Amino acid sequence: MASFLSGPWAAQASPVSYELPFIGSVSAGFPSPAADWSEERVDLNLRYISHPEATFYFTVSGDSMVSVNPERSIPDGALLIVDRALAAQHNDIVVAIVDNDFTVKRLFQRQQRLALLAENPAYAPIILGDEQELVIWGVVRAWIVEAR
Amino acid sequence: MIALVDVNNFYVSCQRVFEPHLVGKPVVVLSNNDGCIISRSAEAKALGIPMAAPWHQLSQFARAHGVIAYSSNYALYADMSQRVMQVLARFSPQQEVYSIDECFLGLHGVLSDHTELGLLLKQTVWRWTGLPICVGIAPTKTLAKLANHIAKQRPEFAGVCEWEKLPVQQRQQFMATMDVGEVWGIGRKLSVRLKQDGIHTVADLAASPAEQLRQRYGVVLQRIVAELNGCACLELEEVTPDKQQILCSRSFGQPIFSEQQLAEAISTYLARAAEKLRQQNSLAGAVGIFIRTNPFRPNEPQYRQQMVLPLTQPSNDTLKLTRIALRMLARLYRSGFAYAKAGVMLTQLQPKTAIQGHLFLQTADPIKRAELNATLDAINRRWGRGAIGLACAGNKKPAWAMNQQHLSPYWTTRWPDIPVALAK
Repeated sequence: MASFLSGPWAAQASPVSYELPFIGSVSAGFPSPAADWSEERVDLNLRYISHPEATFYFTVSGDSMVSVNPERSIPDGALLIVDRALAAQHNDIVVAIVDNDFTVKRLFQRQQRLALLAENPAYAPIILGDEQELVIWGVVRAWIVEAR
Repeated sequence: MIALVDVNNFYVSCQRVFEPHLVGKPVVVLSNNDGCIISRSAEAKALGIPMAAPWHQLSQFARAHGVIAYSSNYALYADMSQRVMQVLARFSPQQEVYSIDECFLGLHGVLSDHTELGLLLKQTVWRWTGLPICVGIAPTKTLAKLANHIAKQRPEFAGVCEWEKLPVQQRQQFMATMDVGEVWGIGRKLSVRLKQDGIHTVADLAASPAEQLRQRYGVVLQRIVAELNGCACLELEEVTPDKQQILCSRSFGQPIFSEQQLAEAISTYLARAAEKLRQQNSLAGAVGIFIRTNPFRPNEPQYRQQMVLPLTQPSNDTLKLTRIALRMLARLYRSGFAYAKAGVMLTQLQPKTAIQGHLFLQTADPIKRAELNATLDAINRRWGRGAIGLACAGNKKPAWAMNQQHLSPYWTTRWPDIPVALAK
């Protein structure tokens, strides 16, 4: 038997809309010539939170996800945006439950083999054996590092 | 068709989402002031721990059996409840949120195989929120409740029971073995009366002649019986009416005696209520407060008093509302009593936009006041509730604060409390 995944998978559902401020109120003066051109403001929520009901935040503690590749590097203290509605796939960064703790790692999934990989070479991969269940709590959608 | 969806052991299940080590262990959640048990995991139920049991009587037994207790974390439960309700709302345009952990969904025109839909609901809520639910599906609300009860009690249903799909014989058997008190809307008193009249089971009730029931018990019971027989009498109430009042009241962790301490409590509750008021963009037209001793200690001198004061100009200003509340307290307070509870009520709410200008009553610069209040809210949002407030609310953890010895972090509603993912 191969090891298997449990935990969030995508469900079919339509996206919900965020409440946005109503643009253009009734006023007595000349109508604004810009009103026809108004668009929604760029919104981090809309960009990074596809499933608000299923989105949670975590803080990272430790340096196992620090990489030489800056695009893949998640420093200690970073804020994770975690979406439980996304189906975990090979190469996703996930929050998984390991020994009853939340752990952030990169998911490796090839030919029925499962492992959790650190970015930092100082940390050994966690390789799951047969019959071992891996509980993925959520998929990391993005992370935020505060500059000040 | 109507589905009744509810979360299993809701409060305990919320704790488990953020503490995986609780899975498989007996867990209970306690009421305010850590008084009684208000939610139990399946493992705690299996140990024979009853609902509403006083915690102090059980703590020794609990320690011996490794029971883990939590103080109620309503901020967490409210947030998780909203998430569940929003996930469910994606599946049906008709939703009646019935309580913090249950709602009715209208299934008219929604996916034809309702059992399959129930399973999809269950899967989706589990994956998106980490909470386990059960689903009962039937032509009426009362039967949907009954079906949900069956789904919960009997593991072979995998959490989803569609009433109409059960063979007639099985339905009759369920009704014949189920206590009449299990029916939605039949309280303890009514069930005692019914049993005196020989109506012991749901089947007995469903078979009772409608006209006779109406005469003896009134039209409400007649409707329940019609619903049990598949005839829908209760509509889905989809629109929750606007909140007409905001109430904030708490029992104290220990009795308090001085007006000073009561003033701190009242100011604290008022700050909270006013914040809620501003959150929903309303103004209050009247303020009320109440104070009372503990009625469950009949040997002690008892006192309870309340007062509501209409405002000349509706307001959402914490400073102004607090001043009025404290003036009322000065009128109501009597020394020599052990006060056990106090509360604040904001009523006659109206939308902020509908404010009537008042020619003569403009308070100190209203714009500056609004900015001040907005700043209070912003600071408390950023740094956690109570980070900043009026001095009259006290500046340290008061003696009367709720006993919450087993409180977990506010994982989803406070930045400093969000969970940690280890990168080790």
